[in-house]
Amino acid sequence: MSEAASPPITLLDAPRVPRLSRFVVTPASLARFRRFATPVLLVLAWQAGVSFGVIPSRLVASPAAILETFWSLSASGELLENLLVSLGRVAVGLGIGVVAGVGFALVAGLSRIGEDAVDAPLQMGRTLPHLALVPLFILWFGIGETPKIGLVALGSVFPIYLNLFAGIRGVDPKLVEAANTLGLSRGELIRHVILPGALPSALVGLRYALGVAWLSLVVGEQINAQSGIGHMMMDAREFLRTDIIMVGLLVYALLGLGGDLLVRALERRALSWRSVFVS
Amino acid sequence: MVSAPAVRIRGLTRAFGGAPVLHSLDLQIAAGEFVALLGRSGSGKTTLLRTLAGLDPVQQGHVDMPARRAVVFQEPRLLPWKRVWRNVALGLRGEDVQARARAALQEVGLAHREDAWPLTLSGGEAQRTGLARALVRDPELLLLDEPFASLDALTRLRMQALVSALWVRHRPAVLFVTHDVDEALLLADRALVLEGGRIRTELAVRLPRPRRHAHPGFAELRSHLLLALGVDESRPEAGEVDPSFVQARPGAEIGAGVAV
Ligand SMILES: Nc1ncnc2c1ncn2[C@@H]1O[C@H](COP(=O)(O)OP(=O)(O)OP(=O)(O)O)[C@@H](O)[C@H]1O
Ligand SMILES: [Mg+2]
Repeated sequence: MSEAASPPITLLDAPRVPRLSRFVVTPASLARFRRFATPVLLVLAWQAGVSFGVIPSRLVASPAAILETFWSLSASGELLENLLVSLGRVAVGLGIGVVAGVGFALVAGLSRIGEDAVDAPLQMGRTLPHLALVPLFILWFGIGETPKIGLVALGSVFPIYLNLFAGIRGVDPKLVEAANTLGLSRGELIRHVILPGALPSALVGLRYALGVAWLSLVVGEQINAQSGIGHMMMDAREFLRTDIIMVGLLVYALLGLGGDLLVRALERRALSWRSVFVS
Repeated sequence: MVSAPAVRIRGLTRAFGGAPVLHSLDLQIAAGEFVALLGRSGSGKTTLLRTLAGLDPVQQGHVDMPARRAVVFQEPRLLPWKRVWRNVALGLRGEDVQARARAALQEVGLAHREDAWPLTLSGGEAQRTGLARALVRDPELLLLDEPFASLDALTRLRMQALVSALWVRHRPAVLFVTHDVDEALLLADRALVLEGGRIRTELAVRLPRPRRHAHPGFAELRSHLLLALGVDESRPEAGEVDPSFVQARPGAEIGAGVAV
């Protein structure tokens, strides 16, 4: 994000530029400012609406009330505790999903027999909306941690598998051929050519998987959770605490954003060889 | 000096479904010999080279070739996710892999780019990296498939001089596929024309090295080779040798650069 903003700033901060021009409002900076104007106005209108009783606070808490609740929940440690539980579920579920997805993709991507064995069932499974499995999961796994983690794992397997499999199969055959003339063993070929070649798609898959994982968590945590952000929100519903519910929403949103930033950072590091393209 | 040939091909036939592309082809390349292979597009030059590279299975016929072979393709085919020296070192065994890769890069004049990403290389630099990657394996047989076809004329001249110098120093047997008659005559001991699945024409090039276009024997060999490729210089017809193209080239040193 800072990179996107840097060119105009470096221009303005360049030492030779006369001092006055630092304060010139360029059309670009104005446009950026305009982009924030609408959301800010909406939040202000929302606050005003609740304050003046136009919007009943029973249905929607005001932004100020949400912030206040956010602080108090943070201070009491309740938020952090639930957050850690939710994070743990995502981490374990996503971990299982990634390991399984990568495993399936390697088996299917690297051998025809493996493809025949693995690809068809996974392609079929992909078309099933996995969130619709909640009732079955409750029957199978009860209402403890297992169905929640299972839902996250199941949701994240598919994007990982599909993207890595496509990435492996999409590796430039000319590169593979060139590598073969260099006397690489099968293992070296996979390590030096095929996996790095598939990495960009694998990371795209990881990003999708992360998004699906959060979604699955939200749904999973509605299954009689005793802890976690979802539990905090369901609990608040009983007491008509819309402020707590909206804090939960805010946290979900921030977690999703954070995960995305994490994968982007990972991408920048792992794919620095192609930064010549994107910069 | 009579040494065992580096390459001995007898009765090689290769078909892709229909009529054979290579049809009971015979060819020998002596150790340390530089052979240029010409022929119309689709005549099977790449197929022959791929067979020698071990990329195409021998269906019919006998092919004896050395164990240490290296290929330079028309496109550089570097792994974009590995820095230049790691590309050169790829698949090397033994100690000092990095030092050997460096030395090879030094030889092609790319020591200063050893840590660069391949995507940042110019076309000529990428092809030189490909040469270094081939040379570092100390091949007994070096296979080049139109390696300089996509480079500009000046870079190509420089690359030809580089290949010539590297060949003199390391003396691998070379099979150099090209469309450029001048390139063949500048580099090769022998020029072959592939036609109808066999070597139809064989032309020994006995010009002193370093070669010059200005050498009196050059023009004669050139018309010979062009004739074998179906271009009759004494009767320029439309679409064969465009006179304006010849005149546009600066100086006789570069020559007409007729490609087929
Ligand atoms: N894998 C393949 N499958 C089917 N046909 C092929 C295959 N490889 C080559 N051919 C055919 O064999 C013939 C010779 O191809 P080859 O690439 O050897 O020609 P070439 O002499 O290298 O041509 P160019 O000068 O255009 O590179 C062509 O007709 C081509 O279509
Ligand atoms: Mg070819």
